[in-house]
Amino acid sequence: MKQLLVFIRKEFYHVFRDRRTLLIMFGIPVAQILLFGFALTSEVKNAKIIISDNAKDANAQQIIHKIKASSYFLAEEATVNYTDIEKVFRKGELKCAVIFPPHFGNDLLRSGKAQIQIIADGSDPNTAKTLINYLTAIIADYQHQISPAAALPYSIVPETRLLYNENANGSLNFVPGVLALVLMIVCTALTSVAVVREKELGTMEILLVSPFKPVMVLIAKAIPFLALSIANFTLILLLSVYVLDVPVKGSLSLLYIESILFIITCLSFGLLISNTTNSQQTALLLSMMGLMMPTLIFTGFMFPLENMPWIFQAISNIIPSRWYFLIVKAVMLKGLGFEYVWKETLVLVAMTVLLLIIALKNFKKRLA
Amino acid sequence: MKQMKSVTLQNITKTYDKGKVLAVDDVSLTIDKGELFGLIGPDGAGKTSIFRILTTVLLADKGTATVDGFDTVKDYQAIRNRIGYMPGKFSLYQDLTVKENLSFFATLFGTSIEKNYDLIKDIYEQIKPFNNRRAGKLSGGMKQKLALCCALIHKPEVLFLDEPTTGVDVVSRREFWEMLKKLKQQGITILVSTPYMDEAVLCERIALIQNGRIMSVDTPQHIIAAYPVKLFAMRANNIYKLLSDLRKNEQVESSYPFGEYLHVTLKNGNEKDTGELRSWAEKQGHTHIEVKDIEPTIEDSFIRLMNEKKEMALPHS
Repeated sequence: MKQLLVFIRKEFYHVFRDRRTLLIMFGIPVAQILLFGFALTSEVKNAKIIISDNAKDANAQQIIHKIKASSYFLAEEATVNYTDIEKVFRKGELKCAVIFPPHFGNDLLRSGKAQIQIIADGSDPNTAKTLINYLTAIIADYQHQISPAAALPYSIVPETRLLYNENANGSLNFVPGVLALVLMIVCTALTSVAVVREKELGTMEILLVSPFKPVMVLIAKAIPFLALSIANFTLILLLSVYVLDVPVKGSLSLLYIESILFIITCLSFGLLISNTTNSQQTALLLSMMGLMMPTLIFTGFMFPLENMPWIFQAISNIIPSRWYFLIVKAVMLKGLGFEYVWKETLVLVAMTVLLLIIALKNFKKRLA
Repeated sequence: MKQMKSVTLQNITKTYDKGKVLAVDDVSLTIDKGELFGLIGPDGAGKTSIFRILTTVLLADKGTATVDGFDTVKDYQAIRNRIGYMPGKFSLYQDLTVKENLSFFATLFGTSIEKNYDLIKDIYEQIKPFNNRRAGKLSGGMKQKLALCCALIHKPEVLFLDEPTTGVDVVSRREFWEMLKKLKQQGITILVSTPYMDEAVLCERIALIQNGRIMSVDTPQHIIAAYPVKLFAMRANNIYKLLSDLRKNEQVESSYPFGEYLHVTLKNGNEKDTGELRSWAEKQGHTHIEVKDIEPTIEDSFIRLMNEKKEMALPHS
C-alpha cells in the first residue's frame, strides 16, 4: 500500500515537473472553452451594417433608432447611392445595407405601402440570412406599433420559446461538447504517454524487476490522472459557469459522478493504447490524432448525428464521448435526474469494464 | 548450504523477429554464489538478452534458467523479489532528484534508505552532495553510481549489471569496479557485462561471448594462459604497409592492429622468432622496426577465439 502511495506521488512529480504535460492538461481546456465561447460562435453580434436614409422623415428615423438599439448590429448612417454600395461590400467589412427610399414616410402613411431595401452579403449565407431575419423582425415590430392589431381582422402571433435556453445562449451546446472532447483527449493522451514513457526510458524494466505487482503500475499511473482530470473538469465547469454563463441546472453531484465514470473510461482507453505501443510518439499520435477527429465528428456537438448516413450513426455508438455528451446535456442543461440518463450511463459502464479488462489482459509482465 | 550455484543457464536460446535473428545460441553457464562474474563481448553479442532472460523480463525460446534456485519462468515473482538489476540504458527518472529516485526505489522494494544504508554508504556518500539535483542533470559517472545505489538498496542476493561502465569516464570506471569488489565482500553474487576487454581481468571468472555463443568460460588468468601460441607486437614507420605485408607472409598466422602496435602470431612460432620477424621486415624495406614478444591480453584471446569460431563455422555455411 505504501508502495502504491509512493508511486502515485512520483507520478505527480512527473506531471508537475513537466511543463508540457501541464500545458496540455490545463491549457487545452482553457483555450478550447475560450475559443468556442468567443471566437467560434455561430451567433451574429456586432455585424457592421450601413443605413442609407434617403427619406429623412420621422418614420425612417424611428426604424433606424430601433435598429441602432439592437446589439446585433454596428450600424452606421451614411448616404450612399446605389452604385456605390457594391464598392463598399467589396471591401468585405460590410455585412448588410439598409436603404430607405425618398418619401418613405409619405408612401407609408398616404398609400399604406412603403419599401425598404435590404442588401446582404450573400457570400456568407448563414450570416446574411440571420441578419435579414433580425432586420425584418425589427421592421415587423415597428409596423405592429404604428398599426395596432385591431386594424387586422385576424392575427396570429407565434409565441416562441427556446426551452432550456431562454436567452439563446450559443455557448450552451458546446460546453458539454468541449467537456467531452477535452476529457477524452487529455485523459487518454496523457495516460497513454505516461506508461509508454517508462518503456521508452527503460525504467519499465526496473519496475518489472521489482516486487511491485506489474498491474499496480497501471493503477498507480491511472490514479494521478484521475485526480487531475477531475480538477480539469472542475476548471471547465467553473469557466463555463462564470465566463460563459452556462449554468448547471441539474444535480452537481450527479454530474460529477457521471464525469468520473467517463474519465475512467478514457483512462482505460489510454492504458490500452499504452500497452500496445512502444514509443511516446506513437501513443500520442494514436490518442491525439486517432481520437480527435472521431470525437469531434461523432460526439454530436459540431455536426448533428441525425443527419449522418446510418453507417456513421452506427460508428458513433462506439465513441464513448457521444454518450457522455448526451448525459451532460441532460443533467447540466436540462436539469434532468438519473432516471433519464441511466441508459447512457449503462453504456459507459459497459465500455469501461470492457476496456479495463482488455487493458489489464494486455498488460505485459515481461518486456516482449 | 543446499545450493552453491547462484545462477544457472541450460541450453538457453533466444531469437527475435520470429526466429530470424538469433540473439542467444544454446548458452549454458553456471555462476557460483558470491562470485563476481563477467560477461564479456562486443555490442550485439547477446549480453543484454541473457540479462533480460535472467531478470525474468524476457522469455527464452528454449532452455531453462534459474536464479538463486528459482526458475525464471515459473517463479519469476520470487526472483524479482531478490535481485537487483541495472539495465544498460540509464534507467532512473531524469526528472526526479537523486534523493527522490533512491527513496522511490527503496520503497518500491519494500525497504528504506536507512535500513540498508550501510550497504550503499560508500557509494551514496559520493553523490550525496547532489541529493537535490535531478538525475537527468548528473554526470555519466554519477548517474551510474546512483543507479547502482538504486539497484542495491534492497540488499539483493544477486546483482545484475548490464554494461554499467559504458559511456563512463576512465576514473569513474575504476571507482565503479572498486565498489563492485567491496560489494562482493558482502556476499552478493554479481553478474556484470561489459564490452571493454580491459575490465575483464577485474572479474573472478568471465565468459567470452560472441554472436550469441559462449566461446570460453574461465578465470581471466586461465584464459590468458590458455593462449596457445607466442604473441608478438610489431611496429614500423609505415604501419599500414607493414600490416598488408604481414598478411601476405605465409609464415604469419594472424595479424591485427592493437593500439599503436600490430599483434602478430606465427605458424609454429617461438621466442626466437623476434629476430626473424625483424630481418624479414627489413627485407621488405621497413624502417624504425620494433618487434617484441608479449603476454597476450583478454582481447587477444577473444580475437583468437573469435577467428577460430569463424573458421569452424565456415565449412557449414
